[in-house]
Amino acid sequence: MQPINLNEVQQHIEQFANRDVYLHLETTNGAYASHFDQSFFSAGAYIRNAKINFTRGLITGDQAPYRAGLKLEIGWVYAEGLTHWELTEDGQLLIAGHSPDGKLAVALQLSPKPFE
Amino acid sequence: MSQHEHVLVVFPHPDDEAFGVSGTISMHTGRGVPVTYVCLTLGEMGRNLGNPPFATRESLPKIRKKELHNAAKVMNINDLRCWGYRDKTVEFEDPEALSARIRGVIDEINPTLIITFYPGYSVHPDHEATARAVIAAVESMPQAQRPTLNCVAFSNDCYEMLGEPDVIRDVSSVSQQKIEAIKAHRSQTEWLIAAMAEEDSKQVPDVLKRINREQFWTYKFE
Repeated sequence: MQPINLNEVQQHIEQFANRDVYLHLETTNGAYASHFDQSFFSAGAYIRNAKINFTRGLITGDQAPYRAGLKLEIGWVYAEGLTHWELTEDGQLLIAGHSPDGKLAVALQLSPKPFE
Repeated sequence: MSQHEHVLVVFPHPDDEAFGVSGTISMHTGRGVPVTYVCLTLGEMGRNLGNPPFATRESLPKIRKKELHNAAKVMNINDLRCWGYRDKTVEFEDPEALSARIRGVIDEINPTLIITFYPGYSVHPDHEATARAVIAAVESMPQAQRPTLNCVAFSNDCYEMLGEPDVIRDVSSVSQQKIEAIKAHRSQTEWLIAAMAEEDSKQVPDVLKRINREQFWTYKFE
């Protein structure tokens, strides 16, 4: 993955607008956060292969980490803490937020076909 | 070997065996005892992607599968079975179906020893669900036929609740193999190996501080 370039990522997001696409959205503290620090409140969620159709998609922010929002006909997809991106050979747009030690904290991914 | 021996290892994530069990596995295979390793998921949802990251959320399962095969090779495991469940979801599967599937493997290979997590004391929900399914599978067998169950526990309260582990194994004779097995899971262990090299004791978990000592609690049915 490479550090997010807003213009480039924005162009790719727009390729996914106004058609049925598959979404992977995730946040995580890691499964051991509360084990290593018992005062830490661990929370996270993921959704894999939600079929969505967004009319407007934007990635924004003055500097990394960035935010992204996808406007659906009847709702929203939102993520913050985004730092890196990649377009895979299969045309999947992977956007992620990595903490300074390289660990995944958030992922927002779009694919024309269901994720494996 | 004078009589039949076979070890069955059941864990949910590639690398669950690395820190606390890979020495034990290597010692068994070193004696010519076959080891079957059932790994339920590919750790698809791991947060470690390498440091600096070389994996993505989508490439991680493929990389971890390769790492697991490499680790198995290092430990001389020739029966590795990846069952294709998804990371973080084992506890939501039908527990009876899972334990029946594990029972199927037990009936097939007739293990003399099973290694898994200790239910209630293994922190990660996938560990707990796997352990419960293994215990249920063994419990479904006639008492006289049950293999020995050695369990890994590492919750903060495990010593308080379970007492001292009753199986303690010095694995220093295979320490090089063990380190290679840990390193094989590069995406997950690279940063730990680095912390060990720097003797950064805050970063290095206890299990690695006593790398030559592996410990288990023998599960006792009530």
